[in-house]
Amino acid sequence: MKKEFDTQKKLYTLAILVQDIPGVLSQVARLFSRKGYNIESIVSGETDKPGTTRITIVILGDELMVNQIAAQCRKLIPVQAVKILEEAESIQREFALIKVKTADRNARDEVIQISNLFRANIIDVGRDTLTVAIFGDKDKTGALIALLEDFGILEIAKTGTLAIERGRSTIYDDNKLKEEYNYGKNVL
Amino acid sequence: MKVRATQAIMECLLEQGVDTVFGYPGGTILNVYDELYNYKDKIHHVLTAHEQGASHAADGYARSTGKVGVCFATSGPGATNLTTGIATAYMDSSPVVFITCNVTEDVLGKDAFQEVDITGIAMPITKATYLVRDPQSIPDVMRQAFAVAATGRPGPVLIDFLKNVTAPSVEIEYEFIPWTENRSCSSIQALADSHQLKNPEPNGEDIDILVDMIAQSERPLLICGGGVVRGRAHKQFREFAEKLDAPVAITVMGGGGFPGGHPLTTGMIGMHGSRASNLACSECDLLIAVGCRFSDRVALNPGSFASQAKIVHIDIDRSEIDKNVLTDHHIIGDAKAVLDLLNPKLPQYSHPEWKEHILPLREPSIPRQSESLTPKQVLETIHRLAPEDSIVATDVGQHQMWSIQHFHFDYPGQLLTSGGFGTMGFGLGAAIGAKMGNPDKVVIHTTGDGCFRMNCHELATVEHYHLPIITVIFNNGTLGMVRQWQNLIYHQRYSETTLDRGPDFVKLAEAYGLKGFRVTNMAEMEEAMKAALEAGCGCVLDCRLDMDEMVRPMVPGGAHITNFLLK
Repeated sequence: MKKEFDTQKKLYTLAILVQDIPGVLSQVARLFSRKGYNIESIVSGETDKPGTTRITIVILGDELMVNQIAAQCRKLIPVQAVKILEEAESIQREFALIKVKTADRNARDEVIQISNLFRANIIDVGRDTLTVAIFGDKDKTGALIALLEDFGILEIAKTGTLAIERGRSTIYDDNKLKEEYNYGKNVL
Repeated sequence: MKVRATQAIMECLLEQGVDTVFGYPGGTILNVYDELYNYKDKIHHVLTAHEQGASHAADGYARSTGKVGVCFATSGPGATNLTTGIATAYMDSSPVVFITCNVTEDVLGKDAFQEVDITGIAMPITKATYLVRDPQSIPDVMRQAFAVAATGRPGPVLIDFLKNVTAPSVEIEYEFIPWTENRSCSSIQALADSHQLKNPEPNGEDIDILVDMIAQSERPLLICGGGVVRGRAHKQFREFAEKLDAPVAITVMGGGGFPGGHPLTTGMIGMHGSRASNLACSECDLLIAVGCRFSDRVALNPGSFASQAKIVHIDIDRSEIDKNVLTDHHIIGDAKAVLDLLNPKLPQYSHPEWKEHILPLREPSIPRQSESLTPKQVLETIHRLAPEDSIVATDVGQHQMWSIQHFHFDYPGQLLTSGGFGTMGFGLGAAIGAKMGNPDKVVIHTTGDGCFRMNCHELATVEHYHLPIITVIFNNGTLGMVRQWQNLIYHQRYSETTLDRGPDFVKLAEAYGLKGFRVTNMAEMEEAMKAALEAGCGCVLDCRLDMDEMVRPMVPGGAHITNFLLK
């Protein structure tokens, strides 16, 4: 029987473990672009293992497409593991710094109040600006940004989405897809 | 042991058993060529007329011998001239290690003379690229490059050495380790930990499922793809086909994977596939594709492809599964390994009715009546006079399709053609590589006038190395395949496809010190081919054909596979 794939387009998160060598980020990113997939967000950072970097990529696509790009990605030499993170079984967070115009004292108070409601931090205060740091999922940062727009946003610096699995499972686990048996390992 | 860095490069080539390299020297690669001078008794360097020719020659050498090809070029334009050859090798999974040198570390990134980011350029068309800045990493990188090129699904790899890394004063620690043992080297071990460096072992359960599917099938069809050729699994595939008693369709890249004259073959499948292949594909109830990626030239319309059949895909590359056509079952593994496990589990089947329905349709369409020389006459003459095991290298276009439809290829590496990338000008370079790797075989290069004009300067290489390659030009004074599309699809608007220009190919051959023959009819063809086979030097046959000859049958791109535009 042909496998049924979910044809609904949605956001998928891929966690990619790579060897930390020059050009590896561009190698991964170029693979996505040349296969015709748009990267919604990309984050790269070090891990608990020296010499290993974790890249988290969010793309908009359907299930078949995501499986295909994961398989393509596994073939890159510096790539050690690729895991498609399910939304329900993983935690996703992003971080944003927002510089807001605060024309008067009222505006300043109001921004501080809103920020408190969102458990965001004020990290810089100017005569007529405030800089807010928020950490949370995409909806939360999005909601705060929408509210702060009323005051006039001067600048935003934002990371892409970071993700990690809930519970005990990690990317280091034997993350073979079931049907791949022993070739779940990256095949050259 | 301390050795010069360049010496380590040469020794690493010897570790891999390399005795022939193709290339072209230049400023930044001077140190490597200087070292090559010391090794000229052990490593035979073939100097081509152009880097592109060298890249195709290394590719042709790899395809025809099954070994890894090696190609050298300098930085900048030398390196970019390789790119078409690299992409050609990549699309057809041919193992070639390309070695280039770049500018020195102190001017890297400063747009120095002949500087280009070739590792960046080659990234999407190689399995891996390496920029070597540390001389001590040379042995590791060289060993890894060869392992990557030859393992799994083969493909090209590029190594770019900075010039200062290759300086004669640079010495490194090096120990000769034969390739059979260098898997234990640190970098290869690390690679083996994260990737399968051995070919993946096929799964037994997957094979049992296929055995059941075969037992239930009444109308099975096999597709022999390029994986059978690259995996040298022709014997196993033949046994498989004969046990199944099923028709076998062959893709362009599969030529040589299954004997072309075998009673079970239905010929080519796809855009210019035979009626037998394409009809069988749409009527079969089980389609087993071995080492084939269902490209748009085979599947045409992936949605309606083999719609009545359960599709089984056997491939070494996991990422090919469900890429172009959705499949019902797949087995990951090397074609040879999978078939070795599968064949003993199969009883002898017999499908007489199905065969009777399909196989009679494989007869080629009746050619257009013509007073002038026809492609069929040219090919028949070659087929009749040349030894059966002659290697055929083609370029791309009508002559390529005619050659593949007409000749019978019986072993892997007998057909050298740019199937995936469709590189015009591939043939002559590939023929040079094939002749270097197979000095005992007759090598025939079929080409069109358009293709030949693109790389005909390699005749200088043919002459210099005394390679008796027979070039047969299907000269119809036009870009035949494009004209065919313009005729059928673009309302006879022949935009820029008429090649009413020189040179005189007979005189050109003579200018290069080779023999040229003008062929305008059957008798001349017969005579020229006989003379060429006995000439002992490179020969060019300029066969004049009608410009409106077409490749038949033809299914337009994207259409259902039996929706023939031409029968």
